[in-house]
Amino acid sequence: MLDLRDVTKSFGGNRVLDGISLTVERGEMVCLIGASGSGKSTLLRCINLLEPIDDGAVFLDGQDISEPGLNPDPVRRRIGMVFQSYNLFPHMTAEENVMLAPRRVHGKSREALRPKVTELFTRFGLADRMQHFPDQLSGGQQQRVAIVRALAMRPEIMLFDEITSALDPELVGEVLDVLRQLRSEGMTMVLATHEMKFAAELADKICFLDAGRIAEQGPPSEIFKAPKKDRTRAFLARIL
Amino acid sequence: MTLQEKTDGAAAAAAPPRRTRRQAYETRVRRRSNTVAAVSTALVVLAIVTLVPMAPGWEAVKKSFFNAEVFAQTFPRLVQAFLWDIAIFAWSVPLITVIALAIALARDTRNPALFPLRLFGILYTDIFRGIPVILVVYLIGFGIPGLGLPRPWNSPYIWGTVALVLTYSAYVAEIFRSGIESIHDSQRAAASSLGLSQSDTMRFVVLPQAIRRVVPANMNMLIALQKDVALLSFIGPVEVLRQAGVFKSLLANFTPYVGAALIFLSVTIPATRYADYLIARQRRERS
Repeated sequence: MLDLRDVTKSFGGNRVLDGISLTVERGEMVCLIGASGSGKSTLLRCINLLEPIDDGAVFLDGQDISEPGLNPDPVRRRIGMVFQSYNLFPHMTAEENVMLAPRRVHGKSREALRPKVTELFTRFGLADRMQHFPDQLSGGQQQRVAIVRALAMRPEIMLFDEITSALDPELVGEVLDVLRQLRSEGMTMVLATHEMKFAAELADKICFLDAGRIAEQGPPSEIFKAPKKDRTRAFLARIL
Repeated sequence: MTLQEKTDGAAAAAAPPRRTRRQAYETRVRRRSNTVAAVSTALVVLAIVTLVPMAPGWEAVKKSFFNAEVFAQTFPRLVQAFLWDIAIFAWSVPLITVIALAIALARDTRNPALFPLRLFGILYTDIFRGIPVILVVYLIGFGIPGLGLPRPWNSPYIWGTVALVLTYSAYVAEIFRSGIESIHDSQRAAASSLGLSQSDTMRFVVLPQAIRRVVPANMNMLIALQKDVALLSFIGPVEVLRQAGVFKSLLANFTPYVGAALIFLSVTIPATRYADYLIARQRRERS
């Protein structure tokens, strides 16, 4: 479904992505791991066209979405993204945050959206938080609203950029539960994460990024139990 | 609950709350600094009250600037003339808001087809921020009616207002632009990732936050504008400063100017306090 071929990206003279090739099948969950600065976030931002890539190509269902000059808006509607710092719109209630894009992009009215949106909030345990503003919500609740906001656009694939890294430890669980739920519903997902236990439990594929390259990839059993590369071993020894 | 416990509870409630050592210390310090402030203020006031009348020209100044009789005679008319200031201010503000916002957005466009608009925005703010307000008032207020326009289009009320609106729009546009730039990129990224267009992102995500953020700065501009309305007196409108000038010539006394100053202060001091309050509240909210 998603196919990256030899993607490179530099900021100034700094090569952040150095020939990344990766495929994600429909319904798969892929976890990107690696030290900070290894290129995980940049890779996700490139898939979502928030950053243009320098060379290589990104295919979404066979369409080259990395073509320079392509209108990014229709592509982004098919790809949901959730950020480390939630990035909710602080001047809107949780419900307005979720409704804004479907209203403007799909031209639907609030009334038409309300049943579906209410159902999403309920599904993720936020039914009583719809009329709250972001600063009235805990970090975990804000992040769950951000996930609901992305889901409301009915994306075909979801990108998660270290979405639990800014949370207090006791709030991480509720956000990971949402991911488990999405996983069980068959959503295609790519995560940049430091939650190794979670990745080991649920991922189909683990990619270890090192200095802008995929140093090693494979099923979690392989990567976590029997890594082939020294670098992978050293990284895992440091964080586990 | 036993009887013993009951009486213990009552005793605890009745006893005055014990002050901590810190609180006692702070009360002492506060009391001392209040006393010092009161004494020093009293000394300064005393000095002014005794020294100023000793100046050789005091009697003359008192008669020509602080003449109670002239004040009572002219003040009501001054207040009436001030209604013009308020009117000019009132119809300038919405115009300034709209034009400033348009200029700020024009300076922010990245579309090459709209480059002329961007260039216009840059030139506009450079020119009107670079010329003293009084000069703009003169150039437009005398220049355009000089084209021989028919009544009422040669009115100095109209062209004076235009001069103020043009100048203040340039400043307010810059304030709006700084507000737009202060909104973190992550907000735009979040909006873009949802598939919102550039213009929707600006309209629904960036602008509402930016405008709220610059309300205190714009309050200060409004206070300045309210005073600058008096500049129009130089090209004709009989607003409060002009009216005071008329009385000055008529009565050969400067007291009407003091009256006009008091009228301005009665508006600007509450307005500045309100702006300060808004700034303080915003700082609290952000910390």
